[in-house]
Amino acid sequence: MTVQPASLAADPMVPRRFRVDRAWSEIDGVRSMELRPLDSGPVAFEPGQFNMLYAFGVGEIAVSLSGDAAQRDRLVHTTRAVGEVSRAITQLNEGDMVGVRGPFGTAWPIARQTGRHAVFVAGGLGLAPLRPAIYHVLANRADFAGLTLIYGARSPQDLLYADEVARWKSRFDVEIEVTVDHAAPGWTGRVGVVTTVIDRALAGVDPALVSAFLCGPEIMMRYGVMSLEAAGVGQDRIWVSLERNMKCAIGFCGHCQFGPTFVCRDGPVYRHDQIAHLINKSEV
Amino acid sequence: MTKGQTTHGILKDPTLLVAALMADGWRVIGPKVRDQAIVYEVLDQPDDLPRGLTDSQSGGLYRLEAGQPERWFDYVVGPHSWKKWLFPARQKLWTATRLADAGFEIEVSAIDWPKTVFFGVRACEIAAMTVQDRVFDNGMFRDAAYAARRADTLIVAVQCARSAETCFCASMNTGPGVDEGYDIALTELAGISGEILVTAGSDRGRAILAPLALPSATDGQIAAGPATTAAAAASQSRAMVPDIARVLREGLDHTNWEVVADACLSCGNCTLACPTCFCSDVEDVSDLSGDHAERWRSWDSCFSTDFSYVHGGAVRRSPKSQYRQWMTHKLSTWHDQFEMSGCVGCGRCITWCPVGIDITREAGTFAAHPHPAET
Repeated sequence: MTVQPASLAADPMVPRRFRVDRAWSEIDGVRSMELRPLDSGPVAFEPGQFNMLYAFGVGEIAVSLSGDAAQRDRLVHTTRAVGEVSRAITQLNEGDMVGVRGPFGTAWPIARQTGRHAVFVAGGLGLAPLRPAIYHVLANRADFAGLTLIYGARSPQDLLYADEVARWKSRFDVEIEVTVDHAAPGWTGRVGVVTTVIDRALAGVDPALVSAFLCGPEIMMRYGVMSLEAAGVGQDRIWVSLERNMKCAIGFCGHCQFGPTFVCRDGPVYRHDQIAHLINKSEV
Repeated sequence: MTKGQTTHGILKDPTLLVAALMADGWRVIGPKVRDQAIVYEVLDQPDDLPRGLTDSQSGGLYRLEAGQPERWFDYVVGPHSWKKWLFPARQKLWTATRLADAGFEIEVSAIDWPKTVFFGVRACEIAAMTVQDRVFDNGMFRDAAYAARRADTLIVAVQCARSAETCFCASMNTGPGVDEGYDIALTELAGISGEILVTAGSDRGRAILAPLALPSATDGQIAAGPATTAAAAASQSRAMVPDIARVLREGLDHTNWEVVADACLSCGNCTLACPTCFCSDVEDVSDLSGDHAERWRSWDSCFSTDFSYVHGGAVRRSPKSQYRQWMTHKLSTWHDQFEMSGCVGCGRCITWCPVGIDITREAGTFAAHPHPAET
């Protein structure tokens, strides 16, 4: 007897095909692309989730969704070329085909933070997975007590979505602090790691109203959480997004285990008090 | 044995059951001797079933030895588990072919699984299948290929009449007696030569046994079944610490991890021999023309450094952290993930560890000296 597996669209191990509608350079080595579906199936996602992107003949990697979740007919991904697969993904151009599995993982619980002051802390490319949540707050600004974005990058040239961040900054109902580790000629903004800016950015904000969302290098998130806690923000009002090796994204391959959790399924977004006992241990 | 009500019969020669299954068109996968070990392979003829063998196992040691010549099932588990059939070490998931318009199409691999019986499944191995059933149907996603193989496979179990020195199923409540999850169970009665108690555990099993018209078992023979496995349980010298899940959850900084790591070779043998270890990798390959690509899924091990690789380096680089991941997952976080232990007490990880690391002894060390933390 030969058993046919579930239909292509329903099999979580089989990519669906998307067409690259647009592809553009962001910063050095980082490109974004907008994808439209060719095969059937839902395109909707929640802020904070990720997809597995497949470059034909090369391989598959996990990439966060960085577009607007309100646009339910397309996907936007921002990828840095660091390995073989991500390099192939960043070389895709308009008209090329890409395989997509997903969306997978937990979301920033941003829609449940009505009435609260949303604080986003991003480091480097960590702004990409936060952007859908920021879009949500921007689009529903009246539902929130405030919006603060604290964004750090290595240098001014490494600031992702710089034009868009500048547009956000021009709004009067948004507080944005941008900082770089190393300034360059012409830089008139702040210099210093993200954590040094948190205290200043939260001055005058009622910590009991803050819901904070962090994404960036683990060391940045660790110190960011410490700063937030020192400012009086409760651990149960802080969410972080973790990165681990992902092969299957459906809890079968075991690679992304973090303590008792699978990052692909129980993460990547965690409420900090649920992983605080693990995040400061090395090699977990 | 009469059809319907009576579920116990007596079989003198298990190859008769193998022959009957083969005649009925079943592919029979069962124990065979290869490279001086019991392995699970397709039986070509009923006589492939080994006889008169026993085994000697301890940390890092496995020897197949001559036993009582007339007995059939006095060896216990070898290096193989049924995992290699239900969850093959390498399987092709799909093939992608380049199209003329710069795109590609994907064809899902069909599952080739003929009518199959697993013959000679031990209690701990049924428990291991139950564990993997849960892993590959995790509430959100289901491995269709695994599920199809598992659902269609007939299970002929063997009740263990003896334990190896490495067995600790009794302390895991997974054996040595088979209580459920089988279609037919065979118990080679202790001390009574040539008598195998046959128990039907399902309608499928009953239907297969009916044409054999086995003589009914006496009350004495039926009672001798549990006595046989009870004796095997009583002979086990190893046991798992009862609350090991908590012990390990609280012991991530224990100094003993360093001690185990000094011995551990990070070879991954334990993960391959383990009947529940499920970690896998995917590999994308393409042909020289670049027009055809395939995705393969293959067993992986948390003992490899690549396993935890993320941009910037592997999360778990030291053997200490790799062993800790394996052992805490198996015995502690598995409960959080799947509401059961990942260990069934089969002892394979002890036998097939080249340096003889004993998971029960390590568990004992963690439990006996809780919380000596590193600096």
